[in-house]
Amino acid sequence: MSEQPSKTSLWIKLRSPSKRTLGSILVFGFILGIIFWGGFNTAMEATNQEQFCISCHEMRDNVYQEYKNTIHYSNRTGVRATCPDCHVPKEWTYKMIRKIQASNEVLHKILGSIDTKEKFEAKRLELAKHVWSAMKKTDSRECRNCHQFESMDYTKQGRRSRTNHQKGFSKGETCIDCHKGIAHSLPDMHEVDPSAVVGGK
Amino acid sequence: MNKYTPLTIIQPISILLAVFLFCYPLFAISEELSSLRGAAINTDSQDPDIKQWQDDKPPIPRDYVQQPPLIPHSIEKYQINRKFNKCLTCHSWTNYKKYGATKVSQTHFADRDKNITANIAARRYFCTQCHVPQVDAPPLIDNQFQPLKTIKRY
Repeated sequence: MSEQPSKTSLWIKLRSPSKRTLGSILVFGFILGIIFWGGFNTAMEATNQEQFCISCHEMRDNVYQEYKNTIHYSNRTGVRATCPDCHVPKEWTYKMIRKIQASNEVLHKILGSIDTKEKFEAKRLELAKHVWSAMKKTDSRECRNCHQFESMDYTKQGRRSRTNHQKGFSKGETCIDCHKGIAHSLPDMHEVDPSAVVGGK
Repeated sequence: MNKYTPLTIIQPISILLAVFLFCYPLFAISEELSSLRGAAINTDSQDPDIKQWQDDKPPIPRDYVQQPPLIPHSIEKYQINRKFNKCLTCHSWTNYKKYGATKVSQTHFADRDKNITANIAARRYFCTQCHVPQVDAPPLIDNQFQPLKTIKRY
């Protein structure tokens, strides 16, 4: 019985904090919020660096080496598209979704699913298909961060691209439908186009 | 004692002449001969200009009947390996109509024993063994080569 009033009084105290307490909670909350939000974004941005991607040998020894020979790595004007430019959405919500999906990649890193060249090559088609279907679903959103159909001047394009771009776009095709393997070696393409593989039937 | 016989005069003259004649080609080479790129042969020739691939030209007519047609566009970074052939994504019989490309010749569908194959025979699969893209590089020495009358286009 004797404890009852003190409990109530503590409760009452908590229920009705003084103005000074309220103020300090607000201020500290605000500052902590900034620190955590900033920290969260900084940490996420750190995982969005090429250096982070190639800190795993699976990426560094396979896809990164192939990418280094392509136009997105080395070109006339020196503009580069790094790993996250193509593989991580820019917009925050989609970026979050992609980052959560990436936990699966962490799991397979731990399981060692592609930790040798042989294992990687065996899985290459499956992995490539994931990227292709993701690109197809988003109408090649990451490509279009830089390459916009609307801003393409067909008169400046070559004979081949001029006709085929217009044909493709009017049919609702998207970048990845034709531009597969522009940054990495392709898997065995038997399934995709048997006429473009040796011995294809 | 006759010091000045004709021999004593001729001898030094002939030695001088011999030395001159021996050395003459050396002078002549360094002064007159030059390489095809215009530099003297005893100096380094200047690096030729970097050439760019000719891109997006219409088909180039052949110069002789057996000539593998030239590639009238850039094929930079095209992948051609066991698993994939970028050329065939436009030039295969499945795809050529869609992209308005020249289709691969029927001669490419047979192995060396003349067995007909369903797709490009392995020995014809690596396009760039015979077909090559072009740069604008005029020959260093002119020639009067003319295509055969039988295939010449007027």
